[in-house]
Amino acid sequence: RGARLTLSLCPQVSAAAAVGAFPKRVKVVEVGPRDGLQNEKTVVPTPVKINLINMLSETGLQVIEATSFVSPKWVPQMADHTEVMQGINKLPGISYPVLTPNLKGFQAAVAAGAKEVSIFGAASELFTKKNINCSIEESLERFDEVMTAARAASIPVRGYVSCVLGCPYEGKISAAKVAEVSKKMYSMGCYEISLGDTIGIGTPGSMKEMLTAVMKEVPVGALAVHCHDTYGQALANILVALQMGVSVVDASVAGLGGCPYAQGASGNVATEDLVYMLNGLGIHSGVDLQKLMDTGTFICNALNRRTNSKVSQASCRL
Amino acid sequence: MGTVPSALKHCLSYQHLLKEQLWIGEPVASPPAAPHPGQESQASGLPEYIKIVEVGPRDGLQNEKVIVPTDTKIELINRLSRTGLPAIEVTSFVSSKWVPQMADHKEVMRGIERHPGVQYPVLTPNLQGFHSAIAAGATEVSVFGAASESFSKMNINCSIEESIEKFEEVAKSARNMNIPVRGYVSCALGCPYEGNIIPAKVAEVSKRLYSMGCYEISLGDTIGVGTPGSMKRMLEASVLMLHFCVVIFQMGVAVVDSSVAGLGGCPYAKGATGNVATEDVIYMLNGLGVNTGVNLYTVMEAGNFICTALNKKTNSKVAQASFNTGTIN
Repeated sequence: RGARLTLSLCPQVSAAAAVGAFPKRVKVVEVGPRDGLQNEKTVVPTPVKINLINMLSETGLQVIEATSFVSPKWVPQMADHTEVMQGINKLPGISYPVLTPNLKGFQAAVAAGAKEVSIFGAASELFTKKNINCSIEESLERFDEVMTAARAASIPVRGYVSCVLGCPYEGKISAAKVAEVSKKMYSMGCYEISLGDTIGIGTPGSMKEMLTAVMKEVPVGALAVHCHDTYGQALANILVALQMGVSVVDASVAGLGGCPYAQGASGNVATEDLVYMLNGLGIHSGVDLQKLMDTGTFICNALNRRTNSKVSQASCRL
Repeated sequence: MGTVPSALKHCLSYQHLLKEQLWIGEPVASPPAAPHPGQESQASGLPEYIKIVEVGPRDGLQNEKVIVPTDTKIELINRLSRTGLPAIEVTSFVSSKWVPQMADHKEVMRGIERHPGVQYPVLTPNLQGFHSAIAAGATEVSVFGAASESFSKMNINCSIEESIEKFEEVAKSARNMNIPVRGYVSCALGCPYEGNIIPAKVAEVSKRLYSMGCYEISLGDTIGVGTPGSMKRMLEASVLMLHFCVVIFQMGVAVVDSSVAGLGGCPYAKGATGNVATEDVIYMLNGLGVNTGVNLYTVMEAGNFICTALNKKTNSKVAQASFNTGTIN
């Protein structure tokens, strides 16, 4: 029994709780191979990563975040970034963005064949300090170098803003701050801003408040949401974002990627569960759920772990 | 997201984090008196108060593989009684031949503490079960209908109509004794046998249950297949049919059923999860500024207790995030 709602709702309440107009199409950005695998305890061999991405390429997904050009000293799980980038089948019509934290990473990425990159900002000063040892302002200055090089090479850049609904160090984050950082990154030239609830702490009300502030500075067509399911709120938060006009949603196959801030907790929302919901809402995503589930099964076997996707759990014959 | 930070150990403990956030503040100890008709919270348009009906001890435990001893059931319910939950479904007066997990219904009913202000409904599928429940001290009962003929047949071996007739007997006796009856409609968003269920059918069954005297109708997405769109269509159909209940029900009060630790798998999809976890619902409602009167921490503790007893991991994401194997801070 997923949820039971009794009929004690009065008309105003049911109207208020009413599901509003949704976008007709949603672009699903698959972050499993990067954000997912980066946050899994088990390090996965290169051929497995390549096969994962190749299988994802067959599902109808249009964007698959492939890897991260970060020093292996910091992120050993992504040490094989060049081999992965060069080893995957790059199907036409599919984008394979990679993370590039600085100019050096950007250059390595382009040399390895990357055609799209991502940069990561944060709405929290403390998070930025702990993460990359500088202020938000300084981090954006570093990214400026990447933006300039990307522009010269005609490479699109996607911007991420972390901690949009809460920070593991600072706690509460103001919607105004999220809007400010988003605006800066958008003005710098990012074609899309992915707003990340990094610790999954947000609830539909705070999501709505944050998006309202951000949408004053960045057009909704350029916004994406990246919700973590650490507190079981991801789909509810995504639903609210869709109702407000957001039409790009990040997710991770099999819900790969735990939360580094709460041991044992879950992280990314599972792509299967997102697609199930979109299908139910009649929203076109272009993704074949069965093929996606098969891909999830593959990577979970490789990682020797159970899936975090409820849809997969319900569908597997255990 | 981004690179994994090196200064992990300096991040806030989950307790600090949760306390800091406005929406995880200490809740009011008991629910407010009946809200004003149509009263809504702030600008969100949501009710100010939502009543949570805890179904873990019955629906949850009934659908767990491990059968839990009577003492453990009583302890669980007693712990839940201290959380602020206004209603806790205790057990089921069904033949132990069908539901062995609930064989100790009499002992549980007699053994639990009864906290003032908390309702302790029990399932009573027929008149016999009803009498047995009353004899054991029950003061509220529930009857389970379904929006699917196939489900009704497979589950209780009779048609919807026949089941309604049985419930009418229960409702009549209950009325004579001033015992409130809660009605459930299963398969509201889909049936494991029939598949799609039309909203009008849900509305029709709901109306029958309401007409016989059920004070509340709980609409169950039994196999969890529903999505927000199908939920909306089903509710619209039901509300239209039951518009008159708006006058009678407490205005602005919405009610949600959930199960501590998300107890109770799905008997129709092996390995799948079942009930939504009470902790996760409360977390969301707290975040929305909706009062539930329930203390999230005490529910998490009750969840931890029963999962230990069942030797299983919690299905609540909030509990997973909070009861770390090794605290970060």
